Amino acid sequence: MSLLDYFKITKVSSASVAKERLQILVAHERSSKNQPSYLPQLQKELLQVIQKYVNVSNDSISVNFEQDDHQETLEVNIVLPDKPR
Amino acid sequence: MTRIIVVTSGKGGVGKTTTSAAIAMGFAKKGHKTAVIDFDVGLRNLDLIMGCERRVVYDIVNVIYGEATLNQALIKDKHCENLYILPASQTRDKDALSQEGVGQILEELAAKDFKYIVCDSPAGIEKGAHLAMYFADDAFVVTNPEVASVRDSDRMLGILASKSRRAEQNLEPIKEYLLLTRYSPERVRIGEMLSVADVQDILSLHLLGVIPESKSVLTASNSGTPVILDEKSDAGQAYVDIVARYLGEDKPHRFIEEEKKGLFGKFFGSK
Repeated sequence: MSLLDYFKITKVSSASVAKERLQILVAHERSSKNQPSYLPQLQKELLQVIQKYVNVSNDSISVNFEQDDHQETLEVNIVLPDKPR
Repeated sequence: MTRIIVVTSGKGGVGKTTTSAAIAMGFAKKGHKTAVIDFDVGLRNLDLIMGCERRVVYDIVNVIYGEATLNQALIKDKHCENLYILPASQTRDKDALSQEGVGQILEELAAKDFKYIVCDSPAGIEKGAHLAMYFADDAFVVTNPEVASVRDSDRMLGILASKSRRAEQNLEPIKEYLLLTRYSPERVRIGEMLSVADVQDILSLHLLGVIPESKSVLTASNSGTPVILDEKSDAGQAYVDIVARYLGEDKPHRFIEEEKKGLFGKFFGSK
């Protein structure tokens, strides 16, 4: 570290860190607020059913709920293992 | 037409009761018949801030349970004849309030020609907070420029938009206003505090006013006089502006920028 670094004003202000953290958090909380409450349970039960037939890991399933003015979409994404065992 | 205003925040300690007392006094001083209701059953404090704690005989729960009439429970303010205070119960369970009971009280106040009804919400999102905002026409969202407060305000906005009477009956939504309290322009300048613009970016709310961090808030509560009556204080003036803006007057925002200290102030420190 050179002596010059001591004089550089590179420190990010704590307020801008706060703003960034809040923007991410608030966006996330707003999107999850509109989701139906059965979603986590649905995800759990789907996984149990699939695991009866295919050896998938717990994090290989994602359930997304999206909503716009006209329609609601429930998207279920399951990643199957490369070689079925 | 009666207007019901809820003063809410989610988080505690951000200035809801200070704000409720100040704006209710502000409306009354402008000549509007105003009632201010404490919804914090079990932890009432509005009576202390309004300086009427020794005149509380009956409270909102007594009225709901038919143990007293509304007229018996309403306390006439000693500073302003247009202002009445309905205290919360200090002894009852916080679930003692009911939606029908609160609805009836608000209807009765409207029938008595009250122009503004200010509902001082408790912190949190439980029953008291829910009932304080349920019947509201307008919401004053009190926020500190600080992460926890901003997050809780956003949560509260979600509740206002989905769980209020207006939301349930598909009426025009509650009008939401931002009141940024305990603001310190000096700390914003050196990057230690979220700015007004930052908070507005995150919450996308109409700014009704900024109340600066001020010693006068504590001294006002010490003596039980709403800070808006301290006309010399910055916080008092900020609340005067807020009341005027809400009533439709065009007042430029103040207390967002640092005050330029004069030579005298630089040497001897002001305030």
